[in-house]
Amino acid sequence: MSREWIVNAALIAGLIAVPLWAHLSGEPFTITLATRAVIFALAAVGLNLALGLGGMVSFGHAVFFGLGGYSMGILAHHAQNFLPLYDGLFLIEGTKSMPVIWLVAILVSALAALLIGLLSLRTSGVYFIMITLAFGQMFYYFAISWRAYGGEDGLSIWVRNGFPGLNTLDPIQFYCLCFALLCAALWLSARIARSPFGLVLNAARQVPARVETVGLDGQRAKLVAFVISGAITGLAGALFADLNRFVSPTMFSWHMSGEIMIFIILGGVARLFGPVAGAVLFVAMEHVLGDLWDHWHILLGGLLLVIVLFGRGGVIGLLAGKAQSHD
Amino acid sequence: MTDPVLEVRGLTKRFGALVVSDGIDLTLKRGEIHAVIGPNGAGKSTLIAQICGGLAPDAGTIRLKGRDVTALPTRTRARMGLARTFQISALAMEDTALQNALLGALGAAGTPWRFFGPALSDPALRKVAETALDRVGLSDKAGHRTAELSHGERRQLEVAVALTLRPAAFIMDEPMAGLGSEGGARMTALLDRLRHEAPILLVEHDMDAVFALADRISVLAGGRVIASGPPDAIRTDTAVREAYLGDEA
Repeated sequence: MSREWIVNAALIAGLIAVPLWAHLSGEPFTITLATRAVIFALAAVGLNLALGLGGMVSFGHAVFFGLGGYSMGILAHHAQNFLPLYDGLFLIEGTKSMPVIWLVAILVSALAALLIGLLSLRTSGVYFIMITLAFGQMFYYFAISWRAYGGEDGLSIWVRNGFPGLNTLDPIQFYCLCFALLCAALWLSARIARSPFGLVLNAARQVPARVETVGLDGQRAKLVAFVISGAITGLAGALFADLNRFVSPTMFSWHMSGEIMIFIILGGVARLFGPVAGAVLFVAMEHVLGDLWDHWHILLGGLLLVIVLFGRGGVIGLLAGKAQSHD
Repeated sequence: MTDPVLEVRGLTKRFGALVVSDGIDLTLKRGEIHAVIGPNGAGKSTLIAQICGGLAPDAGTIRLKGRDVTALPTRTRARMGLARTFQISALAMEDTALQNALLGALGAAGTPWRFFGPALSDPALRKVAETALDRVGLSDKAGHRTAELSHGERRQLEVAVALTLRPAAFIMDEPMAGLGSEGGARMTALLDRLRHEAPILLVEHDMDAVFALADRISVLAGGRVIASGPPDAIRTDTAVREAYLGDEA
């Protein structure tokens, strides 16, 4: 067992033990915090596929987070107000069913990622960062001006959406749902990283010229990775909206894109559990330090600086040492 | 007489007023090593870039196995068996030697869109990759990160990746560069064996290696082929001596 494996297992154990303890000792707020951390982790696992494995520094992943959020918001808004979503040739109703909402969130985000990726991947480096940021801002201002769905005020959803067989209003049950999705995304990421596709993507990040000279299409591999990445972050957005029972344009804001990126850098770029470690640390700092000091972001900034300067592997790198190649 | 595997006709490329390829004619026949030599700035690198597809020529044609590939992208030419090695190693440094070779095997197999099974446990890919590593003498380094390999071992790995492509022709850009005398001798011996698998277009500065290996030599100067022929003829060619070899030869 490598040290990284032990660190990862400890993280998972913590994400099981802490909410369980909170549940047994009647601390629902702690469960809500853990849910927040797990959803952020899921969003960052999505981004990590693009950023860590594919080397695509997307500063616009809030687009997918927000699209997931609005997929949930719009579907649930129509359902709770008994307004059909579309009433023309055929009838489309809103829904309060999580599985349906998730599917829509994933499809909408994937489609957006395909279009944004097609355009953005014509560039690289700083231009890629800027063009993804620009897309993020486009969606942000669009959401602000979209009066039908609350504009700047966002949409409130009165009751959390349902999942067959579960009571999602119970914090621990909703937490378990989010945690299960995080585990599924981690499993998928681990499989992809080791797969033939992952090998191509990994090489396309390091030496694009090599990938072409062995007859492979590195750009297309990056595009596919960007789509999968956006879909996962979109799913996280739907969960986040459900956690807060609220969705607003801030989910699209560049702050959100930055935060998702911060989770990864805190935890360790291209490390499977980096996004998880980073999101947990972020939420813990936000809660503990945020209670003590309004300007806790200064400390976060300092920590980021230290990690970028001295430990590129983030928290995981600090605890587990250098990354192992996938043998 | 069989058709040449690679045939370059009237290849011309200008950058503004500078003509870097000036009507270059070149063939590569089965079983041979055809060396291209020339002083720095003669246009060797741009010639390779045009043959491999990184740079579009202004005029002229490139035929691979009889098919006009002038307008085809790099990866299509690679899939037709054009196996290139780079002057400055272009390898995934964070990956192991085996993973680099696997990438080539994956390219040759043409099945990159698989998202689940681990690439390292695909027996067919692995066999191709391990055979290639074995042939260049890197078997014992298969699990090492490329960043940890010595310069010479990286040159060998470049050749191994090319070998995984089921090559129809090798295009090698200074495979001897930076190798010591021992490493150079090993690479020379390797290339000598490889020519029977697929012909080699060899761009090389190491004259000992070139004259030891080449069946034919073309001399490039100012973007033009100023001489082409067997090594003995080139050695005594006065234009070549003036342009390039100086008093060495």
